[in-house]
Amino acid sequence: MTMAEAPGGTRAAGTPASVSGPSGPGAGHAPGDPTIVVRGLWKVFGPAEKRLATSTEPVPPNSELRNRYGSMAAIRDVSFEVPAGEVFVVMGLSGSGKSTLVRCLTRLIEPTRGEVLLEGEDIRTCSPSRLRELRRHRFSMVFQHFGLLPHRRVIDNVAFGLEVRGEERKARHARALEMIELVGLSGHAWSYPDELSGGMQQRVGLARALAVNPDVMFLDEPFSALDPLIRRDMQAEILRLHHDLGKTMVFITHDLAEALRLGDHIVIMRDGQIVQAGRPEDLVGAPADDYVADFVRDVPKAHVLTLRWIMRPAQPEDPLDGPSFPPGTVIRAAVHAAAATEKPIRVIEDGRLVGLVDRAHILEAVGGSEEPGGSEEPGGSRQPPGSPAPSEPIG
Amino acid sequence: MIDHGRLSRLAALGAAAAIALSACSSGGSSPAATGAAPTTGTSPAASTAASTAPCGTVNIAVNPWVGYEANAAVVSYVLKNTLGCNVVLKNIDEQTSWQGFPTGEVDAILENWGHEDLVAKYITTDKVAQDAGKTGNEGVIGWFIPKFFADANPDILTAKTNPTVLNKYAAQFKTSESGDKGQLLDGDPSFVTNDQGMINGFGLNYKVVYSGSEAASNKAIQSAIDQKKPILAYYYTPNWFSSKVDLVHIEFPAWTQGCDKDPNNIKCDYPPYHLNKVVSTKFATSGSPAFTVISKFSWTNEDQDLVAAYITDQGMSDANAAKKWLDANPGKWKAWLP
Amino acid sequence: MAAPSVGMLRRPELRLSTGAQLGLLVVVVAVLFVPFRGTWNLAHHDDASLFKALNGIRDWVDANRTINPVFLYIFGPIRSGIDALSEALTFVFDHLSWVAVMSIATALGLALVSWRTALLVAGSLAFIGLFGLWTEMIQTLVLISTAVALSLAIGIPLGIAAGRNDRFLRLASPILDFMQIMPAFAYLAPLTLIFLIGPPSAVIATLIYAIPPAVRITALGIRGVPSETVEAATSLGSSDAQILRKVQLPMARRTIGLAVNQTIMMALSIIVIAALINAPGLGESILVAIEKLKVGAAVEAGIAIVLLATVLDRVTAGLSGSPADEHRLRRFDPAARRRVLLVAGALVVGGLLGGLILHAGTDFPSAWHVSIAKPVDQATRWIEINLNPVTDAAKNIVSKYLLDPLQTVLETSPFWLTIAGIGGLAYIVSGRRATVAVVISLAVIVLLQVWEHAMQTLTMVLVGVALTMLIGIVLGVAAARNRIVSAILRPINDAAQTLPAFVYLVPAVALFGPTRFTAIVAAVIYAVPAVVRLVEDGVRAVSATVIEASTSAGTSRLQMILKVQLPMARRSLLVAANQGVVLVLAVVVIGGLVGGGALGFDVVAGFSQRNFFGRGMAAAIGIVLLGVVLDRITQGAGGRRSVGSVARRIVFGAASNRPTAM
Repeated sequence: MTMAEAPGGTRAAGTPASVSGPSGPGAGHAPGDPTIVVRGLWKVFGPAEKRLATSTEPVPPNSELRNRYGSMAAIRDVSFEVPAGEVFVVMGLSGSGKSTLVRCLTRLIEPTRGEVLLEGEDIRTCSPSRLRELRRHRFSMVFQHFGLLPHRRVIDNVAFGLEVRGEERKARHARALEMIELVGLSGHAWSYPDELSGGMQQRVGLARALAVNPDVMFLDEPFSALDPLIRRDMQAEILRLHHDLGKTMVFITHDLAEALRLGDHIVIMRDGQIVQAGRPEDLVGAPADDYVADFVRDVPKAHVLTLRWIMRPAQPEDPLDGPSFPPGTVIRAAVHAAAATEKPIRVIEDGRLVGLVDRAHILEAVGGSEEPGGSEEPGGSRQPPGSPAPSEPIG
Repeated sequence: MIDHGRLSRLAALGAAAAIALSACSSGGSSPAATGAAPTTGTSPAASTAASTAPCGTVNIAVNPWVGYEANAAVVSYVLKNTLGCNVVLKNIDEQTSWQGFPTGEVDAILENWGHEDLVAKYITTDKVAQDAGKTGNEGVIGWFIPKFFADANPDILTAKTNPTVLNKYAAQFKTSESGDKGQLLDGDPSFVTNDQGMINGFGLNYKVVYSGSEAASNKAIQSAIDQKKPILAYYYTPNWFSSKVDLVHIEFPAWTQGCDKDPNNIKCDYPPYHLNKVVSTKFATSGSPAFTVISKFSWTNEDQDLVAAYITDQGMSDANAAKKWLDANPGKWKAWLP
Repeated sequence: MAAPSVGMLRRPELRLSTGAQLGLLVVVVAVLFVPFRGTWNLAHHDDASLFKALNGIRDWVDANRTINPVFLYIFGPIRSGIDALSEALTFVFDHLSWVAVMSIATALGLALVSWRTALLVAGSLAFIGLFGLWTEMIQTLVLISTAVALSLAIGIPLGIAAGRNDRFLRLASPILDFMQIMPAFAYLAPLTLIFLIGPPSAVIATLIYAIPPAVRITALGIRGVPSETVEAATSLGSSDAQILRKVQLPMARRTIGLAVNQTIMMALSIIVIAALINAPGLGESILVAIEKLKVGAAVEAGIAIVLLATVLDRVTAGLSGSPADEHRLRRFDPAARRRVLLVAGALVVGGLLGGLILHAGTDFPSAWHVSIAKPVDQATRWIEINLNPVTDAAKNIVSKYLLDPLQTVLETSPFWLTIAGIGGLAYIVSGRRATVAVVISLAVIVLLQVWEHAMQTLTMVLVGVALTMLIGIVLGVAAARNRIVSAILRPINDAAQTLPAFVYLVPAVALFGPTRFTAIVAAVIYAVPAVVRLVEDGVRAVSATVIEASTSAGTSRLQMILKVQLPMARRSLLVAANQGVVLVLAVVVIGGLVGGGALGFDVVAGFSQRNFFGRGMAAAIGIVLLGVVLDRITQGAGGRRSVGSVARRIVFGAASNRPTAM
């Protein structure tokens, strides 16, 4: 098995997480190390899987797999790393393999080839009981259609993970009530799931996943089944929970806006392969291919790109008394300052001038991507540098 | 083979019918086996015929046709109410009944139609059973037609001397099932009949069509008479159904010993049957007063048909039917008593 | 690379349309038929060599039953185990007065469903008692309880396995199919050979019939649990046992309730057949009545069966309500619920005490008696006498112009041509796998030496199915388009499906004589209700938008039916045809008792005559194989078989609502 480097180089783009992840049990796993490392992951469905799993021969392209073996590879040689404490988004259209991928990470689906290290421990070699241990304590999952148990009340749904790992009723109910409150469902503990709205049901799903206090949460298109307005609320909820609890999250979505809003890092998948991986601004600023470019075409660049993307080296004749910003500032955040002065904006990193941004470039970045008549919201710069999630959905 | 002659009715259906008999006469699905006095009661003293005389348990086979049911109803009523016997009725077919003699499961068969092979094995060779006398019923098996048809075509009855006269009527007996031949309606497949052999032997232009069950045959005969249509059918008497349909027996050249030994070519009629009773040797020598009653039991075809009609037409329970006949014919049954 | 090529290659687009292929097949078969007709006909012989060999097996079994270890240690204990179970139940009922039984049943209706159902239960049981059939009903109840308990004990675990394991389901599916295709009538003889006649054999016959729906519906219930829910539980670290116990079983509870309900209905539906091998009860009452041509008494027993079916259906339907019911129950005012349970409890105690105080026996008092036998008998006689000219003519026409020609073709066609023709048909409509099954089945029929009779039975089935589909489609479309028609047909369908076919065999003989046509009529009456329901549901399911679109395009009523509704209901029609075939076959063979002849008669003969045992056995197997042939062809036309398609049969079960009684 060769270790394939993910295109786009996730590692290179890594920014230290704001919250350090809890340390895992894996041998040699240090606090700063990535929480999840995926190397050379394959998933083949069909009769050919058995043979390919045990050999090292190259996997034929899908057309051949389909025609000759009646099989298909849903995941093709995928590698990436999820830094601790980050929201890591896997984005792709339906059929791209993203849901298969997230199920391979927790072995809800058995991968065909490759390594999945969770805090340094290869989950592919875990015994079933060890795997159950991991599931009970280290990671949990949220599902698109919630996957709630209709015959149980909310509180017993939330407490389910605690129940299967054998906790006392009293203790698990106490914990469940805490979680119910955390996700804003106080007062609904004794309802049945079908008495709640979709958004509320997914809050139950979230609470259930949080109740076991996992290191990692996998969220498989958790908001796709919800109305757009509720979806926004729920995204905010995720950001809040992530901010408060600092869990590492792997978030699957087909919605680019959602990906850009939530993701510290994003990988884009297509036909089972990673097309590009990087921070949101990398995808918008430097699409790896036409596919990604097509995706991000309508994204308002000023909302995602930082000054780093449009700065130029300082020339001797430049005036150096304009407003200054760190390079990680979203372009939009500099618009007001640029409007107030003719002078170029200085980009300062670690007290050192790394470049200048002309007013024309800022206006170009803003104008070139805004929809005609699109209103501009004030104060779009609440994001701290390095956390470039835009504050509003796109499109 | 004709010894099996009256394996009448659908064996399976009939077996069920006989169960009902036990249900009626012994008051429930569980036979009254445990109910009566557990006397061994086999002392000759029983022959005093006192109603309290010890009698013990009598196992009577009940073969599944209504005529037999009538015999069993009357005999068991007398045994129970006059001798205080504990009568156990067992609903089994003929072959199984005979098999019950050596094991003691069966003490008596109340209406036996020949069965030369079984007689040879159980009576002659094994000596576990013995003849207990005639029932008084004369059995006839043969081809029957509605009376109206015989009246309109009297020469059909000349078959006794001229069997091929039937070919004249073949077209009239034709049905949708018999192709271009006349139809001879046979009933249940458990009748081992001579019919195909007779058709071959006499050179008749007829085809045997099986109704599949005695019930279907009877209904077809009744329906044909309703509609005044000709029908030619295998039938036997005594028969509870005789009270509903007016049939005439077409006689063929009389049976002689051995005339039916080639089943594919028979040039004679069925033999006459003198129905008898058979009991196990053990029962016969036990001294039970019940044996006396059974061996003395005898009545006419009309008697049996009457009781059978009480059971079938008037929907009486076996016990009620028996009581009605016994009340009306005290002279007859009192002669059976020890 | 030794990888199997799984037929994934695209078929070349050169293929003829199905219609053209069928046409070609007909032409080829016809061309070969002309020169070869009358040759290779495999005429029937009553004493074929195989029949004698089977007789030998029978003799061996008879001789070794008491000494062979298989009989001593396997079949014997099974038989006595079942006997003990039904004895135990009999013991319980023997100690309950009729008052107690009635109050307990009523209390169950009240506690499980509603006071309305409780009244229905009490009324139905009272009616059975008034008919004088109380004891028989209790016997039937004992038999059914034994059979259902065992069916569920076997069926639910297998269903769970089939629900959780694709491999197991794929393995079990053809066996279940087989059990369901097999007409119960056909397996009685082998059963009695092994288990002798009597209740244990009857229970086992019922098991064969009732286990498949128990397995299938349970599997459907387990599979109906959304995969995400199972994944969610898995992802939280649930063990397999926890997933089963905490997720799949609770979520499939209502469907499993339906399995219980359907199993009971299935068991009830063959009690008359079971009576053929000496099972006591209401089925036996019907047989006794038929034996004596007492239609009225048979109808009374038939009505008792319908009433018992209604009681059991309604009470157990409480186990399988919709999720909406679940809601209703959940919201049920606990105080009111307690009151209901209190009343039910009081009923039970009152019934037990009341029985003691009143010295009520185990049987319903015979002094209270109601009988409809007389008027029914009179009405039947009137019908028999007055309709006969018409029905007889109809019989003659169908026999002469439909049955006879078709039978002649099938009888005179060389057997290899028939096999090739039917195989070709199977290939065109159902594909290769079905063809293999069909050809093998036909070849085995040849080897069984029952070819000629099989062709006669096939003739009856084909005519029966044609009539069934014709009537079923007309009535089904009418019902789908007109609520009044539907409302009128429903109860008639229910009655026709629950009333045992044996009840109307006697009048059918009076009207049509002991003929093949009588068997066909009985089969059509039996099969039409299911077809009507499927067609009605299929036509109703055509989307309103399509109807609106067609109407706005100016479609006439006839065009709407022929060009829109029926084509769109195609799937339902094919399922209906498949079910029609299986149901018609089941009764056509019973037609052996009323002049149907052919394989059905051979089975009857095998029952009643020791010498015919082998012939009966061969015919029984022939019937089953004929069932496989017909099922494979119609089933294939209805769509390929897959794990998912298992649901279809069950969906059929739900659509036709209740199993039918024979």
